[in-house]
Amino acid sequence: MFAYAIRRIIATIPVMAIVALFVFSLLYIAPGDPAAIIAGDQATPADVERIRASLGLDRPFLIRFGEWLWNVLNGDLGVSIFTNLPVRHMIAQRVEPTLSLMLLTLTFAISFAVPMGVVAAWKQGKWIDRIVMVVAVMGFSVPVFVVGYVLAYTFALQLDWFPVQGYTPISQGFGPWINNLALPAIALGSAFIALLARITRATMLEVLSQDYVRTAKAKGVGQREILFVHGLKNAAVPIVTIIGLGFAGLIGGAVVTESVFAIPGVGRLVVDAILRRDYPVIQGVVLMFSFVYVIVNLCVDLLYTVFDPRIRY
Amino acid sequence: MKRRNLLKTATFAAGSVLAAPMVGRAQGSRVLKFVPQANLSSMDAVAGTQYVVRNAAMMVWDTLYGVNAKLEPQPQMCEGHEASADLKTWTFKLRPGLKFHDGETVTTRDVLASLNRWMVRDTMGQIIKARLDAPEALDDRSFRFRLNKPFSKMLFALGKNNAPMALIMPERIARTDPFKLISEYVGSGPMKFNTAEWVPGSKAVFDKFADYPVRPEAGEWLAGGKRMYFDRIEWIIPSDAATAGAALQNGEVDWWETPLPDLIPLLKRNRNVAMDIADPFGNIGSLRFNHLQPPFNDVRARRAVLMALSQADYMQAVVGDNPDLWKESASFFTPGATGYTEDGGDILKGKRDIEGARKLLAEAGLLGAKVTLVVAMDVAITKAEGEVTADLLKKIGFDVDFVATDWGTVGARRAKKDPPAQGGWNIFHTWHAGADCINPAPYTALDAGGDKAWFGWPKSDAVQAGIAAWYDAPDAAAEKAALASINKASFDYATYGPTGFFLMYQAWRTNISGIVKAPFPVFWGVQKT
Repeated sequence: MFAYAIRRIIATIPVMAIVALFVFSLLYIAPGDPAAIIAGDQATPADVERIRASLGLDRPFLIRFGEWLWNVLNGDLGVSIFTNLPVRHMIAQRVEPTLSLMLLTLTFAISFAVPMGVVAAWKQGKWIDRIVMVVAVMGFSVPVFVVGYVLAYTFALQLDWFPVQGYTPISQGFGPWINNLALPAIALGSAFIALLARITRATMLEVLSQDYVRTAKAKGVGQREILFVHGLKNAAVPIVTIIGLGFAGLIGGAVVTESVFAIPGVGRLVVDAILRRDYPVIQGVVLMFSFVYVIVNLCVDLLYTVFDPRIRY
Repeated sequence: MKRRNLLKTATFAAGSVLAAPMVGRAQGSRVLKFVPQANLSSMDAVAGTQYVVRNAAMMVWDTLYGVNAKLEPQPQMCEGHEASADLKTWTFKLRPGLKFHDGETVTTRDVLASLNRWMVRDTMGQIIKARLDAPEALDDRSFRFRLNKPFSKMLFALGKNNAPMALIMPERIARTDPFKLISEYVGSGPMKFNTAEWVPGSKAVFDKFADYPVRPEAGEWLAGGKRMYFDRIEWIIPSDAATAGAALQNGEVDWWETPLPDLIPLLKRNRNVAMDIADPFGNIGSLRFNHLQPPFNDVRARRAVLMALSQADYMQAVVGDNPDLWKESASFFTPGATGYTEDGGDILKGKRDIEGARKLLAEAGLLGAKVTLVVAMDVAITKAEGEVTADLLKKIGFDVDFVATDWGTVGARRAKKDPPAQGGWNIFHTWHAGADCINPAPYTALDAGGDKAWFGWPKSDAVQAGIAAWYDAPDAAAEKAALASINKASFDYATYGPTGFFLMYQAWRTNISGIVKAPFPVFWGVQKT
């Protein structure tokens, strides 16, 4: 398995190279001009042109790509066109809020969705199953930003239980940290809970109809043990796959959630960078996202062996 | 432990944990939380002219002179000046005790280097540079400008609020290429920029500069004593207007510079929120023609649009039905400002003449001509303007190609002189701050100098002659006459289409006092109880 992991990590190199080329090319042909934004609305065309030249944006594609690639290979993601701050520093500033949001969302979603799915499968066709399915359909149907606004209106504006916006680092205390992230995590997790609960239910239904479950029941094994030891463990592979895939979905959802709740995360960084055409920042963040995604997929693949001993790499 | 006790304990613990930030939020009368009009993405108000950057820079950097609410320049970093009778020699002396945030004393070397960088970027600065024989540093606190031609607007140029402002920075920073952004933010203004806490797109922090020598006079706009009652000013940048509105209502921020017109009724219902007009000079909406490409290279096409253009339609789309927030104005200049004129503006007055416009287009052989209208849909004002224009153009007989895009793309596309089919454009929308439209100096959109003019590249000798006359005007009467001639020439030539004058609100918590109406947020004098 160790050799497999190494092979997979090495395989990320061409993937990252293709992503790098793709992102750079896309930004090169995309319309927009950071020089015009820096210059401001009142600047003359000549001023804009001078700023563009000073930023080196008038140089040929291959030279710019070559320079950027060389710097990336040397661990340097470049400097923001607007702030003059290193991209690495800007990403580092934003990683904690995004990571916090995603981990809390995953924790929240898994802790609710998996038991919901298990119970729904156990009580198939009963009222509790129907309630779980209704919640799942709603979670799918209502966009994250709508859930976010409704939560903010109810629990922040009306009840004043939580702040409307912002982020407090965990270093300033667990209470303020979770207080800021509770609503965003629920909003972001709503769609993921729905997905995960449905998958858990479907997989559990299949597992619970297997012969070995019937045998366990016949031998008098308790219901809890059947569900969570014999059932859930055997249903884990597709669930873990969905959690892995959902991670990618959470990255996309985080962009929206961070905007709604003004969380200074990587999602907002990339949106702002796209709107301003801050090319080095966009390239850096997309590269980081793809790397994280590749690593998450690798972790999911490796987790398969934990849940299903038949799987070997 | 019994189950009931455990539950009690857990509930209390959770309550304490969640309540803690609320207690924290109630504190901090020495901290002001402000929501600016846009993201503070850079901090160089000389290389760039974005208003949000200018507004931040005003706290960090000081100017030699500063305008008051009547736009009269008053000494700020300068103790005073002497001007020769012919206005060709200007001698300035700095106040004693001026220090930069790094502890260094402000000297004339810093001042001359800063002005040198500014003069490259600013229109008035360029005129001073062109007339400047020699800048002389007389000593550490005094310097002299010898001009080869009088320049009566010297003090206004040094103290104006329009970007690029003549901000004074240390010589080592001021030596930066004027077209490159600086990366060190050291000024001598009342607040220091806290680079370590800057999270672009989310938060910018300014700390009080303890060594700032406050002038003894009362503060008024950029003039007089800049008394700061806060140890720290935090700019909070929510990317969503609804979130900003909710944060203001919830007391998480203290002051919102530009609430969206749609949210005004909601905010007005909250008794903890106060509201007033932000900038008395307001804004002028703009329908910008490309003068190089057909059909608007023909003045008849441009005039046809103006004949049919209804400012009321535009303004209702931009700011809604509240008549306090907009007015029709047959002028390129700011209503209420000294020298405001409607000379030549009849084309925008009275009943709108759709049939007359169609007739004029038919005479020019332009009925059915294709017009590429490039609209930034991510900016509420330009989106509203663009939709009204599309309807207007169709009514008078143009074939409209409505290009819905974002501001970043408009910013790049408007610089293209190519035909629309090759990536160019015919019309785009923007708006100009009224404070920039009181005279020709900061008003780049008024310039009709052809290739060197602002986007659209209008070329009119009559407009340019009026602008030149204003610069050389010896007194207020001559300035007023020059503005009238510019206005008339601009309407005759149809440089662009003014779509109306509109105002925006600012909103703040009722425990904040001292907020004034100005073209920029004035932080000095503001207090929190």
